[in-house]
Amino acid sequence: MELEAAKMIGAGLAAIALAGAGVGIGIIFGNYLSAAMRNPSAAQKQFPNLLLGFALAEATGLFGLVIALIILFAF
Amino acid sequence: MTLNPMHQFEVYRLGPEIIFGTVNLSFTNSSLFMLISTLAILAMLYLGTKKKLLVPSKIQLVTEMSYTFVAKMINDTAGSSAKPFFPFIFTIFMFVLFCNMVGMLPYSFTVTSHIIVTFALAVFIFIGITIIGFIKHGIKYLELFVPKGVPLVLLPLIVIIEIISYLSRPISLSVRLFANMMAGHTMLKVFGGFVISLGLLGGWLPLGFSIALIGLEILVAFLQAYVFAILTCIYLNDALNLHH
Repeated sequence: MELEAAKMIGAGLAAIALAGAGVGIGIIFGNYLSAAMRNPSAAQKQFPNLLLGFALAEATGLFGLVIALIILFAF
Repeated sequence: MTLNPMHQFEVYRLGPEIIFGTVNLSFTNSSLFMLISTLAILAMLYLGTKKKLLVPSKIQLVTEMSYTFVAKMINDTAGSSAKPFFPFIFTIFMFVLFCNMVGMLPYSFTVTSHIIVTFALAVFIFIGITIIGFIKHGIKYLELFVPKGVPLVLLPLIVIIEIISYLSRPISLSVRLFANMMAGHTMLKVFGGFVISLGLLGGWLPLGFSIALIGLEILVAFLQAYVFAILTCIYLNDALNLHH
C-alpha cells in the first residue's frame, strides 16, 4: 500500500475515538439530568462537577484528533 | 483567498529577527496576542479596582465576580490551606481565559492553540507543585504513589501505574487545552469555508451553523480555562493535603 494512503486510513481510524467521547458525554449529561430530576435541590451544587466531567470526557475524544494530526503531519 | 483551515495557526515574525545563539527570540504574532491578553487583564483589573463603589459599576462587578469565582473554586477543591496560592491560580485562570477569548475575535490569533504554549504552562505548574509537595512533606511526599488499603501483592503494579499517571499530568493538561482550542477553531474555519464555496444560494445554512458554533466555542473557551485552573487546584490539593 502507498504510504500516503495508509496515512489517510490511519488518520480516519483515529476518528473512532469520538465514539467513546460521545458515549462518555452522553452518560455524564444523562446521569446528571436523571439525578437532578430526583433531587433538584442538590443539582445546582453539582453543576461544576458536571462541567468538569464534560470537559474531561470531551478531551479524550480530542486526543484522537491529536493522534490523527501526528499521523498526518509528523511522519 | 486562502481556504486552508490550518492557515490561521501560522506563526510569523513581526519586526526584526532576534537570535540568541540557537534560540530565536523574534517578536511574533503569538507574542503580540499574549501581550494583548495580558494588557486586557491588567486594564480590566485596574479599571475595576480604581473606584471602589458600594454599588459596583459594570467593570467592577466583573472584576469582583472573577475574584470570588476563583477564590470559591480554590476553597472548594483544595481547601483553606491553598489560600496563599490564590494569585498563582488566578493568574493562570485569567491568562488562559483571556487568550481563549481574544482568540474568538475574528482575524485574531489563538495563543493557546499551540501545544508549546500550553505545554510550557503545564510543565511549570507540574514542577512547581512537585516542589511545593516536597517542601511541605519532605520525602514523605512519595507516599502519594502508595494508595492506602491496597493488597501487598498488587502494590508494585499500583505504584508503577501511579507514577506513570503522575508524570503524564502535564501532557494531559496541556493536550486537553491545545486540542480543544485547535479543533474548535479548525471547525469554525471549515464551516466558514462552506459558506464561501456554497455561495449566495446555499451558504445560509452553514452560516447559521457557524454562528451557533461560535456560541459553543465561547462556552468551550471559558470551560477549558476553568478546567485548566480547577485541575491545577486538584493537583495542588494532592501536594498540600496528602491522603485525606
